[in-house]
Amino acid sequence: MTAVNINQEKSVTKKDAENRPVLRPLVTIVEGDWGFTLTAEMPGVPKEDVIVNVESDTLTLEGEIALPFPEGMEATHAEVNLARYKRAFTLSRELDTSKIEATQKDGVVTLKIPKAAHAQPRKIEVQIG
Amino acid sequence: MYGFNFNESFINELEQLERLFQRNLTSNIRPVARGTFPAINLGSTPQSVEVYAFVPGVDPKTLDIQIDKNLLTVQGERQLDLPNEQEKATIYAQERFSGKFKRVITLPDDADATKVSANCKNGVLHISIQRREEAQPKRIEIH
Repeated sequence: MTAVNINQEKSVTKKDAENRPVLRPLVTIVEGDWGFTLTAEMPGVPKEDVIVNVESDTLTLEGEIALPFPEGMEATHAEVNLARYKRAFTLSRELDTSKIEATQKDGVVTLKIPKAAHAQPRKIEVQIG
Repeated sequence: MYGFNFNESFINELEQLERLFQRNLTSNIRPVARGTFPAINLGSTPQSVEVYAFVPGVDPKTLDIQIDKNLLTVQGERQLDLPNEQEKATIYAQERFSGKFKRVITLPDDADATKVSANCKNGVLHISIQRREEAQPKRIEIH
């Protein structure tokens, strides 16, 4: 697992001028007491090309596929027929976006999105007696 | 008034579209359903056949790749790390494939099963199969 940089600055989002069609990464989203784990498939995207962007309550995940092509190769069949992945998620307010951790392994990006401490469930002990 | 009265020209256009999409639609003898895992792209050069299998989250060491005559088989298994029932967790989305997979690809007749290289990076398995030399195009010089 290697860490992926997370872009927290608001103004640096690349405007999606290239309004091109994109691949939607397949995901698994699991919520636990501590927060969310989001796992997204982005095969072919090198770790350094994975872009995780948080802007107010929107988390955007994107990346471009980079594959080794021999010179003069002609595509004869393509089930993955676009080169770019992109998918956005709306976060809920109790999540602490400043503490998101992102890792990548074998083309799968894993994001750990913790809940703010005050939003984590507390167990209330009942005093007997 | 009934709102579904398409005028005739629209129907004609639809039919034309339908014909357009059905044209040249021949099915492969080993057809592939949409969303099959792993997705595969194929490429070709005069010297080689290039296979790209998108296997995110699969440990490359567990992949089984075989060539028998002109059939290339890629198989393996992917286990997702999902919370079990004891854990206090909620699964909101589960779009990812889980379990055993196997894909078979027909290689061209001139593919040389003895000259194959396979490399797995960032969740993409790249297999390169050389074409037999006698099948490669040759330029004939005029003396």
